[in-house]
Amino acid sequence: MMFFKRYKPRFLDYNDQASGLYKSLFNFRLLWKQSIAITLAVALLPLLVLAVIDYNISKQAIESELLLRTARLVSNARRTLTSYLDERKFALNFLILDNTYDQLFDEQRLKQLLENLKSGLGEWSELGVIDHNGIQRNYAGPYQLKGANYSEQAWYKKLSYTDPDTYHDNIAMRSNISDVLLGFRNTPHLVISVLHSNPIGLDWLHYILRASLDIDRLSEILAQLEVSGDGDAFLINHQGTIQTPSRHYGGVLEKSPLTVPAFSERTQVIEESDHLGHKVIIGYAYITGTPFILMVVKQKQNLMKAWYDTGAKIFIFLIGSILVIVAVVFGISTYLVNSIYQADQKRVATLHQVEYANKMASIGRLSAGVAHEINNPLAIINEKAGLIKDLFTFRQEYAADSRLIGLVDSIINSVERCATITRQLLNFARNIQVSVQKVNLQQIVHDVLEFQAKEAGYRSITIVVDIPDEIPEFVSDRGKLQQIFINLVNNAFAAMQDGGKLEISSRINRDNQTLVITVSDNGCGIPQENIEKIFEPFFTTKSGSGGTGLGLSITYGLVKEIGGIIDIKSAVGTGTTFVIALPLEHYAKKGETDARLTG
Amino acid sequence: MRVLLVDDEEELVSTLAERLAMRGITASWVTGYRAALDIVEHEPFDIALLDVRLPEMNGLELKRLLEVKRPGMKFIFLTGHGSEEDFNACSAESGRDYYLIKPVQIEVLMAKLNEIFQQ
Repeated sequence: MMFFKRYKPRFLDYNDQASGLYKSLFNFRLLWKQSIAITLAVALLPLLVLAVIDYNISKQAIESELLLRTARLVSNARRTLTSYLDERKFALNFLILDNTYDQLFDEQRLKQLLENLKSGLGEWSELGVIDHNGIQRNYAGPYQLKGANYSEQAWYKKLSYTDPDTYHDNIAMRSNISDVLLGFRNTPHLVISVLHSNPIGLDWLHYILRASLDIDRLSEILAQLEVSGDGDAFLINHQGTIQTPSRHYGGVLEKSPLTVPAFSERTQVIEESDHLGHKVIIGYAYITGTPFILMVVKQKQNLMKAWYDTGAKIFIFLIGSILVIVAVVFGISTYLVNSIYQADQKRVATLHQVEYANKMASIGRLSAGVAHEINNPLAIINEKAGLIKDLFTFRQEYAADSRLIGLVDSIINSVERCATITRQLLNFARNIQVSVQKVNLQQIVHDVLEFQAKEAGYRSITIVVDIPDEIPEFVSDRGKLQQIFINLVNNAFAAMQDGGKLEISSRINRDNQTLVITVSDNGCGIPQENIEKIFEPFFTTKSGSGGTGLGLSITYGLVKEIGGIIDIKSAVGTGTTFVIALPLEHYAKKGETDARLTG
Repeated sequence: MRVLLVDDEEELVSTLAERLAMRGITASWVTGYRAALDIVEHEPFDIALLDVRLPEMNGLELKRLLEVKRPGMKFIFLTGHGSEEDFNACSAESGRDYYLIKPVQIEVLMAKLNEIFQQ
C-alpha cells in the first residue's frame, strides 16, 4: 500500500476545479483507463483467440494421429495373427489330405506326424483322429484320450454337417479353431480341427484331424507388438474372456473388464473409459475364421503426455506474455498520460505566469501614469509654495511672521513626501519593464523593503538586512530580482506573527562565482510533507483565503529564468529559510553584454 | 547666466522663472516648442531647461533643433514621468545627472544649473 501510494501517479487524484482557460483539457483518469483498456483489448484478444484456436487444432491433429497409428498397428497385428493361424490350419489340412485313412488310424504313424509337426511348427502338443460318429479313434499325445466321444460338442456338430449342395467346399468351412481352454494339462491352449470331407457321401470317409496348439507363440507375437502409451495387446473371445495374457486387464481365461466391442469386418478404433475410469483408446479387429478379437488398448493419458507437456509450456508462455503485455501497457499508458498531465499542468502554469506578468505590467503602467499625473500638479504646488517662501526670504516683508514660514515649510515638506512616493512608484514601474542591467543587490533589497516598511512598523516586525558592501554589482534582470524579493518578503510576512523577525543576508560563495542570498523568517514553518510540493504550481495551504498557490511557483520560475536555484529549509514552529544561489556571470556567459547597462 | 524654461504648464514655468530671478538668474519661459525656437532666434541662452513631454514635439527633438540654432547651449531635462525609455534617451543626450524628476527642489535645481554653467 505504501509502495502504491508513493508511486501512484498524481493525475489519478487530480480533481480539476478550475474553469475556462485554466481548465484541464482532459479527464486524465478516464483517458488513462481508456488507453489501457483499448490497448489491452487490441493486444490480448488476438493473442488469446490464436492461442485457443492453435491449442484445439493441434490437439485434434495429435488425437487423430494417435487413432490412425493405433488402427495401423491393429491391422498389422491382425494380419500377422491371421497368417499364423492359417499356417497351422493349412498344415493340418495338408496332413489330412496327404495321409490315407489307414495311415491316420495307425497309432505309430500318428505319433510320427505329431513329431514332424513339432519339429517344423513347434507348440503342438497332441493330435487325434475322430471318426464320423464323433469317437476319437486314434490319439497321439501325453494322455489316454482314445475313445473319447466328441459327438455332442459344438465344434463337432459344426464341422460334421452334411448338406450336399454346399458341402464343405473350402478350407474355412472344413476347419475350426476353438477358444482357448486349459484341458487336462492345465496349460492354456487352443484346438484346431480339420475335416476330411467326402462329397460322395460315404460316412466312414467323413473324419476329423484334431490338434492342440499351445498359445505361447501367440502370446509372444502379441507381446512383441510395440504398443506405445503403456499399452496392451491381447485376444479375447466373443464372450469377452481373455485368451492371451494382458498387462492390465487380467490373465488368461479371466473375464475382461472391457465391454466386448461391436462386430466389424474392418479394424476399428474407439475411445472409451476402462474399468478404472481411465480414458483409453481401443483398437480392435475380429479375426476371421476364429473366435478371437484382437484388442489393442492404449492409455490416452500417457499418449497425450508429451502433448500436455507442450501445452503446459505454451500456457506458461502465454501467461508470461500476457503479464508482460499488461505490464508494458500499464507502464506506457501511465507514462504517456502522466506526460500529458504534466504538459497540461505546465500549460496552465504558463497561462497563470503570463497573466501574472501582464498584471505586473499593468500595475507598472498604472503607477507610472498616476505618478506622472500627480507629479505635474505637485511640481506646481512645490514652485508656488517655494515662491511664497522666496518672497518671505528675499523681501523681508513677512520675515518676522514665523507662523507663515512654518506653514509654507510644512507644505513644501508634504510635497517632498508625495514626491518620494511617486518616485518610488516610478522606480517600481520602471523596474518591471526593465530587462537585463547591472544591478546592486543592496539597492534592490532596499527598494523592496521600502514598500513593506509601513506594515513592518505596524506589526513590530524586525527586519535585519546583512548585505556586505563587497558584494559587487552584477548583471541580472532587475525586475525579476525585485519580484523574487517581493514574493519572498510577502511570504515571510504572511508566515510570521506580529513581532517576528525577517533576515535577509547574502555572501559570495567560496568559488567566487555564485551569490548566495538567504531570506529567513521565524514564522510558522512548513510541514515536511509540504516542502516537496511547495514550489509546485497551485499548491497552497491558504486555498480558503484567496491564495492561488502560484506565488512560490512563480518565484521558482523567476529564479530559474535568471539562472539561479532556490532551495528551502523549514521546521514547523521555528521558521523558514529560502536560499537562492545566483551565478554572477549568468548573463555575461549568455552573451548578453549588449544589454543596456544603464544601472 | 541666462536660462530658458520650456514647459507646457504655464503656472509652473512662470513661478519657476520668478524664483530663479530672485536668485539672480535671468530666466525666460515659453510653453511650446514654436515659441522656444522663436525666442532662441532673438536671444542667446546658456542653458535650456526642457520638459521631456511637450505637446506636438518632445523635449529631445526640441533639444536637437535648439542645438542647431545655438551650438554650445547646455540642457537639463525635467520630467514628471520618469519612464525607462525617457530616462535612457535623456541620459544619452545630456548625461544622467541632468535628468530631473518633478517636483524638483529649488536648491537641487540651482546646484545643477551652477554645475553645468561652470563646465
